[in-house]
Amino acid sequence: MESARHLFETDETVRRIARLARLDLDPATLELLRRQLGDILGYVEQLDALDTTGVEPLAAAGESTRFRAAGLRLELQPGDHVKNAPDHSTGAFRVPKVL
Amino acid sequence: MEATDLTLIELRDALRDRRLSAVEATRAFLARIATHDAALGAYLTVDADGALAQAAEIDRARAAGEAVGELAGVPIGLKDIFLTRGLRTTCASRILEQFVPVYDATVVERLRAAGAVILGKLNMDEFAMGSSTENSAFQKTRNPWDLDRTPGGSSGGSSAAVAARLCAGAFGTDTGGSIRQPAALCGIVGLKPTWGRVSRFGVIAFASSLDQVGPMGRTVRDVALLEQVVAGFDPRDSTSSAVEVPQGLAELPKGASLQGLRVGLPREYFPDTGLDPEVAEAVRTAVAQLEALGAEVREVSLPHSPLGVAAYYLVATAEASSNLARYDGVRFGHRAAAPDDLYALYARSRGEGFGLEVKRRIMLGTFALSAGYYDAYYRKSAQVRTLILQDFERAFEQVDVIATPTSPSTAFRLGERLEDPLQMYLADIFTISCNLAGLPGLSIPCGFGAGGLPIGLQLLGRAFDEATLLRVGAAYEDSTTWGERRPPGAYA
Repeated sequence: MESARHLFETDETVRRIARLARLDLDPATLELLRRQLGDILGYVEQLDALDTTGVEPLAAAGESTRFRAAGLRLELQPGDHVKNAPDHSTGAFRVPKVL
Repeated sequence: MEATDLTLIELRDALRDRRLSAVEATRAFLARIATHDAALGAYLTVDADGALAQAAEIDRARAAGEAVGELAGVPIGLKDIFLTRGLRTTCASRILEQFVPVYDATVVERLRAAGAVILGKLNMDEFAMGSSTENSAFQKTRNPWDLDRTPGGSSGGSSAAVAARLCAGAFGTDTGGSIRQPAALCGIVGLKPTWGRVSRFGVIAFASSLDQVGPMGRTVRDVALLEQVVAGFDPRDSTSSAVEVPQGLAELPKGASLQGLRVGLPREYFPDTGLDPEVAEAVRTAVAQLEALGAEVREVSLPHSPLGVAAYYLVATAEASSNLARYDGVRFGHRAAAPDDLYALYARSRGEGFGLEVKRRIMLGTFALSAGYYDAYYRKSAQVRTLILQDFERAFEQVDVIATPTSPSTAFRLGERLEDPLQMYLADIFTISCNLAGLPGLSIPCGFGAGGLPIGLQLLGRAFDEATLLRVGAAYEDSTTWGERRPPGAYA
């Protein structure tokens, strides 16, 4: 596959990724990450040299996820769910107007 | 008798035989933290009142003849990644600076039930992302063997505190080496159990298919006892394994022979470049010692392991970018002031709350999962992961454990690798494959390099066979004196 390094020659890709990741980055950080991500991708592209045709991907090494009956697994006190909320009112989380 | 001089097992016995009270032991550790931690920076939060109250309760229960747990009165420290009810838990991030959990992690629940006294929360790389603990948003932790050097990471607060005897034992987490590498760099023992062996419920997630909780201590038996207390199935963690945990993990006979044990030496873990000669020599000498104890040593090959770092930094960052999406400034954590809209609330809260390394990894992971690149990056890495696991499966048909260096070098200087993330990532080159394959690994002291800096031997085992690693580790420890050496100066 074609190297992705060229995507990091300008800041277009790094801006797009930052938006996808919901990360507000100042210009200096954006520039630093543009350079470093290009270098890191250059390093990980050594994987391309390996032929993995027909190899099943492994998402996790253990047994597969176990399903269980739904049920209360924690004993919380009333109001515990908003205890760490930056802004809340009458047991609900407050956010800026969406619509 | 000074409580802080004892191993965890000796301390447990002294408490059980009432040669020492839990309050006395706890006070001794709190006093040592008060005098020694300012220069070391191991603790983010010291819970003196909470610890003394727990200790007093143990003493009361013991005096009243009530049954107490296996760790009754033993003071321990926890990496600041474990949720502790009512005790601030930050993951060393600004985004969780004010976070006070409303419940305990399963590990913490089990430790409390066993009577352990929790002294406080230990420093780490932010969200466990790093190999030097320098990515903590709050403070640097120094290595007690040389204060200009890193204690390793990401569980560097835990390794420094154990080495400097600021707790009897500690818990860390290991996603790519974060228990074993700091254990090696601080001259202590660290166990990364099989993935699924210890519950991750209430442990702040970094990369869920790799993260595993494990103990750190000054001896193999100390670590075995801590593992015994926390290991085993937890219905609250859907990836928790039901494979039975053998009893008596810490009951390891003194001076055991290793007759009949087959030790594999993987040629890929002794490369011509990128491994300090003093580390290679110490590890080869340690392997010769295993042979002297009766083990048979064979060369094995793990041909795909050199690709481990590349695969890991795609898998781990992809999972991190997804796991860390929960920090959105809505339900908990830092929120930016006066955002114009919901997008600004998310992006500014995250931009202000996360440190540079966390941003770097979220960006890399988001890219690896993004449309058009998923197959080339994430899927490719997951395929390499299969090949790495198959390498181990083939090797374990011929041998019972695999011996390698834990870290390619001894502790590096603070600041030395901060500007070069790739160089920092390569610090994990010998520990990462074990996480990708989900296997258990143990690091134990096996010598000292230039400047008196500790060197670690890594033993890797079959899935769920921590018992063999501990048996081999204890036999090696009994036949050497590396673990008895103490850091210089004030930390002796």
